[in-house]
Amino acid sequence: MATAAKTPTKAKAAAKAAPSKPSKAKKPETGTRTIQVDELSRVEGEGALFVRVKDGVIKDCKFKIVEPPRFFEAFLKGRSYLEVPDITARICGICPMAYLMGAQQAMEDALGITITQPIRDLRRIMYCGEWIESHVLHAAMLHAPDFLGLDDALQLAATNKAVVEKALRLKKLGNDLLEVVGGGRAIHPINTRVGGFYKVPTKKALRGMMDELKWGIEASIDLAKLFGTFTFPDFEYDYHCVALHHPDEYAIVEGDVISNRGIHIPVREFHEVFQESHVAHSTALRGSSRGDNEPYLAGPNARYNLNYKQLSKLAKQTAKEIGLGEIVNNPFKSILVRMVETVYACEEALRLIKAYEEPDVAYVEGRPRASEGFGMTEAPRGVCYHSYKLDSEGRVLKAVISSPTAQNQPQIERDLHGVVERSLDLDDEALKQRCELTIRNYDPCISCSAHFLTLTMVRE
Amino acid sequence: MTAPSAKKKAAPAAPKAKTPAAAKPHRAKPKVAVWKFASCDGCQLSLLACEDELLDVVGEIEIAYFLEATTAKIDGPYDISLVEGSITTEHDLHRLRKIRQESKMLITIGACATSGGIQALKNFAKVDDYIRAVYDHPEFIDTLPTSTPIKDHVPVDFELRGCPINKAELLEAISALLNKRTPNIVHTSQCIECKKKGTVCLMVAKGVPCLGPATHAGCGNLCPSTNRGCFGCFGPSEAANGPALAKQLEKLGMTKREVRDFFRSYNSNAAEFRKTSEAYD
Ligand code: SF4
Ligand code: SF4
Repeated sequence: MATAAKTPTKAKAAAKAAPSKPSKAKKPETGTRTIQVDELSRVEGEGALFVRVKDGVIKDCKFKIVEPPRFFEAFLKGRSYLEVPDITARICGICPMAYLMGAQQAMEDALGITITQPIRDLRRIMYCGEWIESHVLHAAMLHAPDFLGLDDALQLAATNKAVVEKALRLKKLGNDLLEVVGGGRAIHPINTRVGGFYKVPTKKALRGMMDELKWGIEASIDLAKLFGTFTFPDFEYDYHCVALHHPDEYAIVEGDVISNRGIHIPVREFHEVFQESHVAHSTALRGSSRGDNEPYLAGPNARYNLNYKQLSKLAKQTAKEIGLGEIVNNPFKSILVRMVETVYACEEALRLIKAYEEPDVAYVEGRPRASEGFGMTEAPRGVCYHSYKLDSEGRVLKAVISSPTAQNQPQIERDLHGVVERSLDLDDEALKQRCELTIRNYDPCISCSAHFLTLTMVRE
Repeated sequence: MTAPSAKKKAAPAAPKAKTPAAAKPHRAKPKVAVWKFASCDGCQLSLLACEDELLDVVGEIEIAYFLEATTAKIDGPYDISLVEGSITTEHDLHRLRKIRQESKMLITIGACATSGGIQALKNFAKVDDYIRAVYDHPEFIDTLPTSTPIKDHVPVDFELRGCPINKAELLEAISALLNKRTPNIVHTSQCIECKKKGTVCLMVAKGVPCLGPATHAGCGNLCPSTNRGCFGCFGPSEAANGPALAKQLEKLGMTKREVRDFFRSYNSNAAEFRKTSEAYD
């Protein structure tokens, strides 16, 4: 497997980037050079990047989201609190749980519902399912081919079918967990609701997942080790990491918001400390910390850096074996952190399933009142924030949703700036490929920003 | 594992007719393209979620364009285009027309593409209000006042319902169309699915509001078998009677507003659902 470490040569990297418009590559160093990538592949939604370089200095670096606006916050107005989670799920097909569960939590907060432990455990099992399917889709199917100079996982299958089959089976395991708890479908599951579930899954059905989960732990360690042999671009950044933190567990479904710059606040204060703004070049709103207006990092690396101690022994051991320390500041290594989290998610789901007893009550009912509620969960790509104001009938007066992509967008731009700066000696095609790789470190769930992203490079 | 050979080097870069020779390789596998408009990507992900079948499926077809999955792009014409998402911008409308020209067969996948999707809720409002509600700088936003299905703009050969689609139906549709037969997909209502599956009727037995009588079959009877009333994510069935069902829902205690909202969600712009909900405005 070690040969997988082969990095794409510049020539191969150049060969693989197939822009929809031919770039004016290979012009001499003077004058203006433009690299344009109108469409980013293997990124959910559509995106774009514009970079302008003058005499070897970056003058402009804009990351855009060119996704047609879908206006979720607007049409949620007037809808009943019961309908909101299913509607917000449609923001993103890769991580519907982040929207389902964030909205559910916010509504429970508003209505004063306290869910029971079994419901909480079932939610965590489902969320582990989403982490597994999303992390494996992202890492193995969409991101790994970049490190190998391949177009896609299917090309990988041509040379190493066993790896792709393993990845597919692992991804399926995540989807199966979602289906068993979520009522038979993994994308936009139908069984979850404010207060709990429509029908609790049987102990038997969940226990049926145990053997596959045991296999999943081994499989994710294998994939982690394989990806650990890749060559990673030499790039580090001193990130402002933001993630949820829970006192008793590696935070997934709930916790306080913490950061490595000393922030520790309850979810309800999130928008007092962080904000979103709208700029001309993108329909996605952009997250930053209030006051200094600086980018921050959400997602696997932020979680790992902030909550490393709470990972399982096996996950930590896997991290160590693939060369990760307790802090990972190389964004390209997010592919490794994703696999470490997959190891953890398989173990965690297994642990919860072993202890699972069917509860008598599937959900806790709430009574609408004029109120405000907040919710946040760790979507595979980072914290996903929800807040809703409700009227006395439980209808939405105001909805605010911050997707991980929108929050990470300025940081992606920063990363791109740094990466381009260090790679100016590459020719345009190779540089473009490097930029795509940089963006895919995040896999911007661009459609979840529910607002627009293209890649353009100008050298003067 | 070895690094790939340079076999992809020839991936055509220009959108069209740059290498006429490439458009007519000797006709091996059918070329399938996947396109996205306004949507959540859930329906195209359903293709990647065919984990057990994926490698077999791609053995039978050539994925010629699928941004979500691959960097490789092969010029049209395409044998089948799978289209996800609704039309919400002028730019997308142009893109769609070009895709239609290049596609022998065009299949829409999901509620967004077949009825306008959840974002069609804006068809019932003033779009300017919406833009102002979400964006600080409305002047940066370029959008049509409506979200409309693909069939409103170009001829569609086959429609797959659902938000999201059922991946078994997707595989059936692809294989049927490639083999030049009609896909074996029923257009009856969710109620028929309940009967087939032996699911006790939630409305009759428990008084739970359910859109099943007017909703297209195909999901696998998910909600009723999970103690949940159907909320219509597959859109109207062929012979849906919205008004009659709406009356029944009122009898079960739903307010007019609730009845309206029930019909006005993931397929709000589908004719039968639209008419019914507008009667409750
Ligand atoms: S129909 Fe539903 S699942 Fe499919 S793309 Fe639209 S919103 Fe997503
Ligand atoms: S029962 Fe109705 S709402 Fe539920 S998945 Fe099927 S079609 Fe969609």
